[in-house]
Amino acid sequence: MKLINKKPASLVDKPMRYCPGCGHGIVHRLIAEIMDELDIRERTVGVAPVGCAVFADEYFNCDMIQGPHGRGPAIATGIKRSKPECIVFSYQGDGDLASIGMAETVHSAARSENITIIFINNAIYGMTGGQMAPTTLLGQTSTTCPAGRSVAVNGYPIKVCEMLAQLQGARYLERTAVSTAPGVIKTKKAIKKAFQNQIDCVGFSMVEVLSMCPTNWGMTPVQGARFVDEKMTPVYPLGVFRSPEK
Amino acid sequence: MAEKILMKGNEALAEGAVRAGCRFFAGYPITPQNEVPEYMSWRMPEVGGSFIQAESEVAAINMLYGASATGIRTMTSSSSPGISLKQEGISYCAGADLPIFFANVVRGGPGLGNIAAGQGDYFQSTRGGGHGDYYTIVMAPNCVEEMGNFPRRCYELAEKYRLPAMILADAILGQMMEPVEFDFEPVDPKTLKAPDWALGIAAGRERRIVRSYDLREGKLELLNLERMERYRKIQEKETLHENRQTDDAKLVVAAYGTSSRIAAGAVKMARDKGMKVGLFRPITLWPFPAKALAAIAEHVKNFLVVEMSMGQFVEDVRLAVCGTARVDLYARPAGVPSADEVFTEIEKVYQGIR
Amino acid sequence: MPEIRVDETRCKGCELCVTACPLKCIAMSETFSVTGYYPAKLAKLECCTGCGLCAQICPDLAIEVWK
Ligand SMILES: Cc1ncc(C[n+]2csc(CCOP(=O)(O)OP(=O)(O)O)c2C)c(N)n1
Ligand code: SF4
Ligand code: SF4
Ligand code: SF4
Repeated sequence: MKLINKKPASLVDKPMRYCPGCGHGIVHRLIAEIMDELDIRERTVGVAPVGCAVFADEYFNCDMIQGPHGRGPAIATGIKRSKPECIVFSYQGDGDLASIGMAETVHSAARSENITIIFINNAIYGMTGGQMAPTTLLGQTSTTCPAGRSVAVNGYPIKVCEMLAQLQGARYLERTAVSTAPGVIKTKKAIKKAFQNQIDCVGFSMVEVLSMCPTNWGMTPVQGARFVDEKMTPVYPLGVFRSPEK
Repeated sequence: MAEKILMKGNEALAEGAVRAGCRFFAGYPITPQNEVPEYMSWRMPEVGGSFIQAESEVAAINMLYGASATGIRTMTSSSSPGISLKQEGISYCAGADLPIFFANVVRGGPGLGNIAAGQGDYFQSTRGGGHGDYYTIVMAPNCVEEMGNFPRRCYELAEKYRLPAMILADAILGQMMEPVEFDFEPVDPKTLKAPDWALGIAAGRERRIVRSYDLREGKLELLNLERMERYRKIQEKETLHENRQTDDAKLVVAAYGTSSRIAAGAVKMARDKGMKVGLFRPITLWPFPAKALAAIAEHVKNFLVVEMSMGQFVEDVRLAVCGTARVDLYARPAGVPSADEVFTEIEKVYQGIR
Repeated sequence: MPEIRVDETRCKGCELCVTACPLKCIAMSETFSVTGYYPAKLAKLECCTGCGLCAQICPDLAIEVWK
């Protein structure tokens, strides 16, 4: 018998401190597997966000930098322009990427920076304890919209892929979900493409991953996965929003 | 001897950084520093560096955070409101021990203020500026030539001690034209040793992490204590100042940057009238040349501080003389005094001495 | 015969693997692990095809698939 899923060398071999059923761990593993498969670990620099994934700098076995909340794309820009031979990715949550860091997101896309962005959309602020995110669904409760997000008070959730698709510089945009095993496999394909694009100097590539935060959704992990499929995907449809081929 | 070139202060600042080996510039337009990004926009590509007009000052400082983490010499510049926006990023650079270099071409404040010269950002510059416990090396030129020559020293100190370094100028220094002679040969970045913390190609070495946080029990304090020790060394070894005619003086005028130029004129007027007046000018504002000032205070018992702010710089003067001398203040918050005005102040104080 | 091996020191008992297995061969243990979770286990040994879907969704790299 043979072990068919060896742990990726691009991930540090230690338990991650994310909550049970959290999507961050799944996406971390996928990125690490891709670094192994593309043989880019030794020339990859990752940018860790402020958010639950702040600890990503401990987990990825490549050079890492952790910077201010939301500024990942600017930091990645600085690294990529200084060291074009490096593969640079920015890992960000929805508060990080679509709220405080929205300007950096939009402008790095507009400039078509040759970087890869992994955007974890879990419709909530995880690290700070479950406040409303720019992606929180209408009616979804959070600690800062306890009665549920309402249009009158909070406005509408932001659909980042759809929005960025208006920009010529955004070369590759895809939304996937890690709530099911087939979804995880699709997500890996998308992220791999986002890295391959950078190797091929295609320009700005982003994968938006719908992901579970069972802890702050007040659900079991299994319920959380169902929430992604039943509640999030109707608002955030999966698919390719821009690709270099199109 | 190198030739003298007629340059605007902001251009000298930019050219000085390029000659010192800067190969990455990110900035955002704001008067009165626009000549810096404008100059860098063509100069950086010419020397094989990168120039980016960022979407904001916040983005610009974070681009620097990333770029300088790869071990190269970087620069950003702005003016007062823009520097306020950069403060979170500067604090992260301090926390991650990244040797960035930036310049503040100060304008009138607070708020949008005006676009004329001011010195109201003294506290912000010399007390860290952003959140947390840290300092930034602050150099205060008072002529265009120093605008061009100080960036090199900023890089060297920033790299030696691993902290941000800045030039504190103002609208007058940025806009005026003077002949400049660069006092150093252009630095070829390829000749600089790659730092052992720089991110990039990791082949054949352990991975590296650049971060400003440490959540492990008690570790952050240890890190800060180590940093504090570095700061202490800087304070001990790296101060710069200029004394003029302080030896026989009964009154010493203390001023930095543009005010020190004006004060120098007023001191000359006083000397011409036979008054024993000298000038103390700190060139590094942090580390503050407190010992040099205290040495003067051993024999001079009267100081007059001239500053284009409400009384910020005066606090460092008072701390340094530590009650051993009388310290008067002539404050022009967002106003530029004339040499005549300063002379009148000198006369007033001087008469009170006898 | 293919099988999965669950690393009890990594498993956080989230049960995502249980729902992911097309043949429903995974169940949760009744006793908790050193880390304080009820870890997953291969309940129906003979069913496992080694398809690896459980490992795909496991957020904590707790499942080894042997084939
Ligand atoms: C400037 C600044 N503002 C606020 C915070 C506090 N903060 C930390 S994490 C976070 C939200 C993170 O949410 P998200 O980006 O969605 O990531 P998640 O934790 O859900 O993975 C906030 C607001 C901060 N660290 N810095
Ligand atoms: S709070 Fe949410 S996002 Fe953060 S680790 Fe827990 S489950 Fe994951
Ligand atoms: S490998 Fe496939 S069949 Fe075996 S336990 Fe996992 S999901 Fe079920
Ligand atoms: S998915 Fe992984 S962590 Fe969750 S119960 Fe299964 S083995 Fe344990």
